[in-house]
Amino acid sequence: MAEVEVREIRKTFGAGNPAVDGISLTCEDGEYLVLLGPSGCGKTTLLRMIAGLEHPTGGDILIGGRSVRGLPPRARKIAMVFQSYALYPHKRVEQNISFPLEAQGLSREERLEKVKWASGLLGIGHLLQRKPRQLSGGERQRVALARALVREPQVFLLDEPLSNLDAKLRASARLELKQFQQRVGISTIYVTHDQVEAMGLGDRIAVLNLGRLQQIGTPEEIYHQPANTFVATFVGSPPMNLLQRDGKIIGFRPENVELEKEAASRDDATIIRSRVLRVENLGADRYIYLRVKDDKGDTNIIAKLPIDHPLKVAADDDADLVVRRRHLRVFDRESGAKVAA
Amino acid sequence: MPARAPVVISRWAVLTAFAVLCAFPFGWATFTMFKSDDDLYTVGHVPFLYNSPPTLVHLKVLFTETAFLTFVRNSLEIGVIVVAITLAISVPAAYAIARLTGQWGGRLAMTVFIFYLVPPTLLFLPLSRIVADMGLQDTIWALVVVYPTLTAPFSTWLLVGFFRSIPRDIEEQAMVDGYSRVGALVRTVLPLAVPGLFTVVIFTFAFTMNDFIYAVAFISSSSNMTVSAGVPTELIRGDVFFWQSLMAAAVLVAIPVALAYNFFLDRFVQGLSLGAVKG
Amino acid sequence: MSEPAVRRRTVIIDESFRVHHLLDRESVLGPVMLAPLLVYLVALVGLPLLLVIYYAFTDATTGSSAFSFTGLDTFQKTLADPVFRTALRNTVVFTLVAQVVVIVLATILGFVLSADFRGKWVVRFLILLPWTTPVALSALSWLWMLDSLFSPFNWILGSLHVIDEGTPVAWLGEDSLAVASVIGLQAWRTLPLAAVILMAGLTSIPPELNEQAEVDGAGFWRRFFDITMPLLAPIMMVAILFGIVATFTDMAAVYILTRGGPGYATQVLGSWSFYTGIQGGSLAQGAAIGIFMFPVLLGVCILMLRRASQTDVV
Repeated sequence: MAEVEVREIRKTFGAGNPAVDGISLTCEDGEYLVLLGPSGCGKTTLLRMIAGLEHPTGGDILIGGRSVRGLPPRARKIAMVFQSYALYPHKRVEQNISFPLEAQGLSREERLEKVKWASGLLGIGHLLQRKPRQLSGGERQRVALARALVREPQVFLLDEPLSNLDAKLRASARLELKQFQQRVGISTIYVTHDQVEAMGLGDRIAVLNLGRLQQIGTPEEIYHQPANTFVATFVGSPPMNLLQRDGKIIGFRPENVELEKEAASRDDATIIRSRVLRVENLGADRYIYLRVKDDKGDTNIIAKLPIDHPLKVAADDDADLVVRRRHLRVFDRESGAKVAA
Repeated sequence: MPARAPVVISRWAVLTAFAVLCAFPFGWATFTMFKSDDDLYTVGHVPFLYNSPPTLVHLKVLFTETAFLTFVRNSLEIGVIVVAITLAISVPAAYAIARLTGQWGGRLAMTVFIFYLVPPTLLFLPLSRIVADMGLQDTIWALVVVYPTLTAPFSTWLLVGFFRSIPRDIEEQAMVDGYSRVGALVRTVLPLAVPGLFTVVIFTFAFTMNDFIYAVAFISSSSNMTVSAGVPTELIRGDVFFWQSLMAAAVLVAIPVALAYNFFLDRFVQGLSLGAVKG
Repeated sequence: MSEPAVRRRTVIIDESFRVHHLLDRESVLGPVMLAPLLVYLVALVGLPLLLVIYYAFTDATTGSSAFSFTGLDTFQKTLADPVFRTALRNTVVFTLVAQVVVIVLATILGFVLSADFRGKWVVRFLILLPWTTPVALSALSWLWMLDSLFSPFNWILGSLHVIDEGTPVAWLGEDSLAVASVIGLQAWRTLPLAAVILMAGLTSIPPELNEQAEVDGAGFWRRFFDITMPLLAPIMMVAILFGIVATFTDMAAVYILTRGGPGYATQVLGSWSFYTGIQGGSLAQGAAIGIFMFPVLLGVCILMLRRASQTDVV
C-alpha cells in the first residue's frame, strides 16, 4: 500500500516560528490529496519534507507504513514535479525522461522502452528530440509528468505545477492532470494556493494555515461544512459572508442569499435588514453589495445571483436578506471554530 | 537634449584618446621590434619610420638564441597544473558555500575573499623559506604549489556567483530522480556551469602568468623560469638590452592573454560584481 | 480505462540507505567539500602570514636556519633606516595619486564605454591591454618607451625644440621624473579594470531614473551628481579598493622600471622588502618592512566586509 502518512510533523527554520507546527494527515493509496493554503502556510515545506528535501524537526513520515525519516530523496521511490518543472536545459526531452532510469542502472534498451511507454501515455512521442526551451508550457508539463512517471513511483508530489501556465491554459492543463492521475492510479499529493484548482482536482483537500491543519475533507465538505472561519473565507469566491450576531459569528455563502424588498418572517430562514450599495453585472452572475448592521457596527455583504434571476432591488434601496437556516453556519467568536447552530 | 552630434563626436574623441593612451606602449613595442639595429640605435633617425626595411631577425634571435621558448614552456606547464589544482579545490568549495552552508555562506565567502587580499609581496619571504624547506627551491614545483593560493580564493568567489545563478530546482529534481547531492552536482550543475568553469580556467591561467615576485624569489636557474620572471631578467645581460627581442617577447605574450581575457570579460565582471555586491 | 496503467508493486524502500551514506548528511558534506580549500589557504597563506609577523621580531636570515627572538630590535633598525622611510612615504603617495587619477579617468572612460557602438570590441581590447598584460612585461614596455636615449617622447620634444637635442629627458634617471613615471605606470595599468567595473555599474543603473530626472528638469551635471554618482558609489568603492591593493602592494612595476632608483628615490615597501629580504639576506628586516602594509590592508578588509554585510548576504 503506497499510502503516505505524516505524524505530528514539525519544522522550524532557525529561531523563528515553526513553518510546520504539528500536522498529522494521511494520503490514502491512489488518492489525489490537495494541500491548500495561502503563501507561507507551510504546504510547500510539508511537501518537501515528504520528498526528503527538508529534514523534519519533529514527528515522522511514513510511506507504505514504513518510516522514511532520515532517508535521502532517492531512497523514497517518489517522483516530484516542481513549479518550474525543472527540466534539465542541457538535455533533450528523451534524455530528460530517461534521466531517472540512468540512476537505476537499467540497460539502454530497457530505458528506451520505458521512455517510449511514458511519452506515449502523455502524447509527447513527437517531442523526444527537442530541447526544453523549444517547448510550450503545456508541453513542458507533460514532459515533467513523463519523467515522473517513468520511475513507476509510489507517490507523486506536485508543487504548484500550474502556476507558471497562462491562465487560459490552466483549465485544460488541469483536466489533463486529473485524467492522467486517474489512469495511473498513483497516490498524489498536490500543493496549491488556488482554491479553484483544489476544488477541481482533489479527491480530498487539506486546508493549511500558519503551519497547522485547518480541515481535511472532500471538496463538498470543505465548501459546505467549513470547520472554521479561515476555511470558510479561504474557499469560495467571493468568500463566505461573516457577521457577528448575538455573541457568535454567523456565515452564509453569497449564492445562498435571496433578496426581497420586504420579506415576511419565516421559520426556516433568517432575515436581515440591509441597504443595497451597488449592483455589478458580470455576465453570468450579478454581485450585489449590501451593507448590514451587526454586533461590531456596519459590515459589507456580497450576494451572488444568476443573471436570469429577476432583481427586485436597486442601489440605495433598503432590502431584506433571506438566508435559509440550512445554509447558515455558526462559528465561535473567539476561536473561529464551527459550533452547532 | 538638443544637438546630439557634438556629444557623439566627443565620445569618439575621448575613446580614441583613451585607446591611444592605453595601447601606445604596446604599439611602440610592436613597431620597434621589427626595426633593424642600425636603424634603431642611430640617434638621428626618425623613430616613427622604418628608415631601413623592417626585419624579422630579432624574432629569430628570440626563438633560437634565448631561453624564451623555455620560459613559455615552463609557464604553460605550470599554468595547466595550477588550473587543475585550482578547479579541484575551488569547485567543491564554491558549491558548498553556494548550497550547503545556509546562514554561514556569506561569512565564509567573505573569509575566503579576505585570504585573497593578503599580497604576495608580504608572503614571499616566509614562503621562500617554506619552499626551501620542502626541497622545492629553484624548481617549477615551488610555483605549482604556491600559485593556487593566488588563484583559488578568486576562483571560488567567482564560482559561488555562478552556482547561485543555477536554480535549486534542477538539483533537487535530480536528487528526487535518483542521485545523491554529489551525483546531482556532477550531472546537472557542472554541465550548466561550464561557462563559469571556462572563465575560471582563463583567469587562473592569466593570474599565474602575471606573478613576478614569487617567480623571482623561488627560482634562480634560467631553465626553470617563467615568462614573467625570465624575460625581464635573463634577456637583459648586464647593460646590453636586446630591445627588439625583448619587445617581441612582451608583445607575443601580451596579445594571446589579452584575447583570452576579452572573450571572457563579461562573465568576469558579472562574477566580480556578483561577488562584491552579494558577498 | 479501468485498470491503472502502472503495475502495482509492494512498496520496496531501499533499506540499505539506512546505513546513512555519510555523504548524504549535508552537515558532513559541506565541510568535506570546503576542507581542501581551507586547508590549502591556512597552510600556505595563514601560516606564512603568522611567520612573517614572527620574523619581524627575530634576527632571521636567508643564510642560516637558526634564528632567535630579538624583540623590537629589527623594528628599531627598520624605522631608523632612511630608505625605509622613503619607501613608506612613496608607497602611500604613489597609491593615492595614482588611484585619484584612475578614479577620475575611469569614470569618464566607463561612461563612454557604456554605450553600444561599432568596433566596441577592438576599442575594449586596446583599452584592456595595460591590465591584461602580465605586469612584468608591461613594465618592460614602459622601460623601453622611457629610455633616455631612444624614447620617442624625447625625439618629439627635441624636434619641437622644447628641449636641447643634446640633453634628452631622463624619464627614469631623474628623481622627480622617475617618481612621476612610476605613478604613471601604476595608474595606467590599473585604469582598465576600474573602467570596466564602473562601466558595469553604470549599465546596471535603470535608465528610468535618469529619464525621470530629465523629465523633472534636471540638467546633465545635476543628474550626474545627484543620481548617477550616489548609485555608482558602492561599485566605485570596489574598483578603488582593487586599485589600492594592486598599487600599494606592488613590487614588480618598480623593480623592473627603476629598480627603486635613481638611488632609492622610487623604492616602495614591496620592492624594498624584496631587496632587503632576498638580495640583502635579512628575512627579519624584509618582514618588518612588509608588515607596514598591514594597516592599509586591514582597512581595505574592513571596508569590504562592511560593504558585504550592508548588501544582501545570502
